Amino acid sequence: MPIEVNGKTLETDEEGYLANINEWEPGVADVMAKEDELDLTDEHWDIINFLREYYEEYQIAPAVRVLTKAVGKKLGKDKGNSKYLYGLFPYGPGKQACRYAGLPKPTGCV
Amino acid sequence: MSDIKKFMYLNRRAPYGTIYAWESLEVVLIGAAFDQEVSLIFADDGVFQLVKGSDTSESDMKNFMPTYRTLGDYGVRHMYVDRASLAARGLSEDDLIEVAWEDYETEEEVDNIVEIVDTDQAAKLMAESEVVFSF
Amino acid sequence: MSDLFTVNKSPFEKNSLEAAIKFSLAGSSILMIEDGVYGAMKGTAAEDMVKGAMSDRKVYALKSDLMARAIKDDRVIEGIEVIDYAGFVDLVEANDKVQAWV
Repeated sequence: MPIEVNGKTLETDEEGYLANINEWEPGVADVMAKEDELDLTDEHWDIINFLREYYEEYQIAPAVRVLTKAVGKKLGKDKGNSKYLYGLFPYGPGKQACRYAGLPKPTGCV
Repeated sequence: MSDIKKFMYLNRRAPYGTIYAWESLEVVLIGAAFDQEVSLIFADDGVFQLVKGSDTSESDMKNFMPTYRTLGDYGVRHMYVDRASLAARGLSEDDLIEVAWEDYETEEEVDNIVEIVDTDQAAKLMAESEVVFSF
Repeated sequence: MSDLFTVNKSPFEKNSLEAAIKFSLAGSSILMIEDGVYGAMKGTAAEDMVKGAMSDRKVYALKSDLMARAIKDDRVIEGIEVIDYAGFVDLVEANDKVQAWV
């Protein structure tokens, strides 16, 4: 189902992931979060931006386990645990945060 | 549950002409969730998978070379490269990417898990593995 | 009379390049594409064979496929002409027909 972001219509796949990663802009995360009735805080954005940097460098969305470890290293041990990440993204940090960041579904996520 | 097996992924195909290299990479990424001791070995045209500097901007293909560099984060401990295969292709260690590995609990670090081995050593490594997946 | 031979397999995995060289007449053009461009690399086990073919055949390699495989210009055997898609089209037009060696 396509989403409307700042007057533009962006295609998504059947699970709501952006069809074209290059069409991403911060407004995409805002629109998706609104649909999930979630208010995006700076803490959410830390993770979204982290995912975008990770994708830029490695060309894949990280598995949750890898995301958790890498966040802990980059943003501090208090944030590198699944309790903190699930607190931010209740539908799953891998799936939900990757979707907001415009990334494909993490490899190995079912 | 604690039965950790040695998995070896054998890669013998060039990266883009066929789907083998990408499929192997995906299986390694997915398989990383199972906590086995995972190593990769590159021989024959498979050594081309690790050559740095790929640019697919004019090919309409996804450049998955950068993905190899995150394999350490996925728990891959060793990436062996057959020396004779490199030599036959005019390549040396300097042409290859480096892949770091770190244990986040113990903070043990390895700067580069890519290691060039002789063919008889490669044979021994595969013989010592419990499972060899061939791509 | 001249034909364009395209080769899209690595010379280290299949003998498509070797066969295309063997079955092409002098004056033919050989174009390396996809994994075939590994045959254009300097310092490989296939270099002598390619250089031998170049004595009376013209050899080309497709730039986008070289780039994807991290083969920079300075690693391409001297005398091999690197061409883009437009050059590919020109080659097809300039020859009587195309033989695809796969």
